Amino acid sequence: MIEASNLTKRYPGGFEAVKDASFSIGAGQMVLITGHSGAGKTTLVKLISTIERPTSGSLVVNGQNLSALGRSAIPHVRRHFGLVFQDQKLLFDRNALENVMLPLHIAGLPRREAIRRAQAALDKVGLLAREKANPIALSGGEQQRLAIARAVVNRPTILIADEPTGNLDSESGMAILDIFADFHRVGVTVVVATHDQSWIERYHPNVLRLAHGRVVE
Amino acid sequence: MSAWLIQHRAALAAAFRRLWATPLNTLLSLLVIGIALTLPAFGYVALDNLRELGRNASGVQQISLFMSLEASKKDVGEIESRLRQAVGSQWRFVPKEDALKRMKSSQGMAEIVASLPRNPLPDAFIVEPANTEPAALEALRQEIAGWPKVAHVQLDSAWIKRFDAFLRLGKLALWMLAGLFGAGLVAVTFNTIRLQVMAQSAEIEVARMIGATDGFIRRPFYYFGALQGALGGLLAALLVLAALRLLAGPVGELAALYGGNFSLRPPGVAEMPGLTALGAFLGWLGAQLSVSLSLRKFD
Repeated sequence: MIEASNLTKRYPGGFEAVKDASFSIGAGQMVLITGHSGAGKTTLVKLISTIERPTSGSLVVNGQNLSALGRSAIPHVRRHFGLVFQDQKLLFDRNALENVMLPLHIAGLPRREAIRRAQAALDKVGLLAREKANPIALSGGEQQRLAIARAVVNRPTILIADEPTGNLDSESGMAILDIFADFHRVGVTVVVATHDQSWIERYHPNVLRLAHGRVVE
Repeated sequence: MSAWLIQHRAALAAAFRRLWATPLNTLLSLLVIGIALTLPAFGYVALDNLRELGRNASGVQQISLFMSLEASKKDVGEIESRLRQAVGSQWRFVPKEDALKRMKSSQGMAEIVASLPRNPLPDAFIVEPANTEPAALEALRQEIAGWPKVAHVQLDSAWIKRFDAFLRLGKLALWMLAGLFGAGLVAVTFNTIRLQVMAQSAEIEVARMIGATDGFIRRPFYYFGALQGALGGLLAALLVLAALRLLAGPVGELAALYGGNFSLRPPGVAEMPGLTALGAFLGWLGAQLSVSLSLRKFD
């Protein structure tokens, strides 16, 4: 499903955040990208989710070579991913339901269908009762669950998260872990960048360990 | 309904919501756009009415055709026949005897005319052409001058040329004014959209990350620009109509004092939607420029 070969990302100025990374992630796997701060986890997540373009090497996702992708094709590829960010990137000028409906608007779903699916996604993460709440009124854990609902509402084949528990206490972090595990159980490929080792102990996922931009395990 | 249509409908609804969300800003923008379009639009209508006034002014587009003194009744008949064939033109014949009688009746001319050994005046025709464009009048004058036994053809072309030159100058000034105000409208929309893009930068960033195409992001701004421009154009059309209505009475009174019955011609059925469409186009153009520049930072 995700095949990287000699993947390199060099930023202007010459800094190489990812160097010659080669790995393979199969469909339905749960993979943790781990490593110390500055190891290249976030950059690798951004490369997989097409937010960044590789400098060299190849990255094939769902049979598509992302390295050779044209600019106009990128938005359509991104719709196959569910993205969860450490800072959630929620919109505070709309309520929880409307935040979750955004990917469905982008996909052009009729409003009634979009509401139905957004409510189902909120239900999955336990936030249906707060659908009218503004995200600013939600706790950190609830905001992250809302971000997950938005990421999965479009039924993505790959769920990608960057430090989703980084700003949460351990209890809220565990709840988020459980949600990711639930999606993994129903066949969604889950790729999570984190330095939180409790994931490994709890779910025994495949681990992709990075050090100084290189894949070391 | 297709996804494409749903997205367009949503973008249009979002544009309406944005206009409605800040009523004072919207009102001020519409006033600026409306007034910017009213001035050239009113100038256009005024020039159109002046052109009409020039066309309808009696006596100024006449061609006077003077026969030679030795022209016979048969020659006069030939000219009548040719004038009859000239499309749309009206004419009347002034026999030399009538002309002499009219001259005699003029103050102080009776004795002079009586002393003349014979009638020195020729038969004449007064022609009122249907097409009063200066070029067409000149062409007709030249054609008539070539007819047999025509001694002289007189066209008051200097007045017509001066009036035509004035209209052309007015038209040019109007285009320049329209260009300036059009640029102003584009600038107003440009700035409004730029501020909106800045205010919605978080939404744009998130939308891009989760798969929004350029079209999806740009569309609401295009609709907003076009809608604001169209409403401004509509306001301008209403202002022009109101101004014409206010001026109709005084203009009619003025025309009556000069013995005419001129009334202001309102804009045509197509011209009002045309002004609205022009406003929409300029608004869209401003939005297009603004969005293209403002969204670069998200690339």
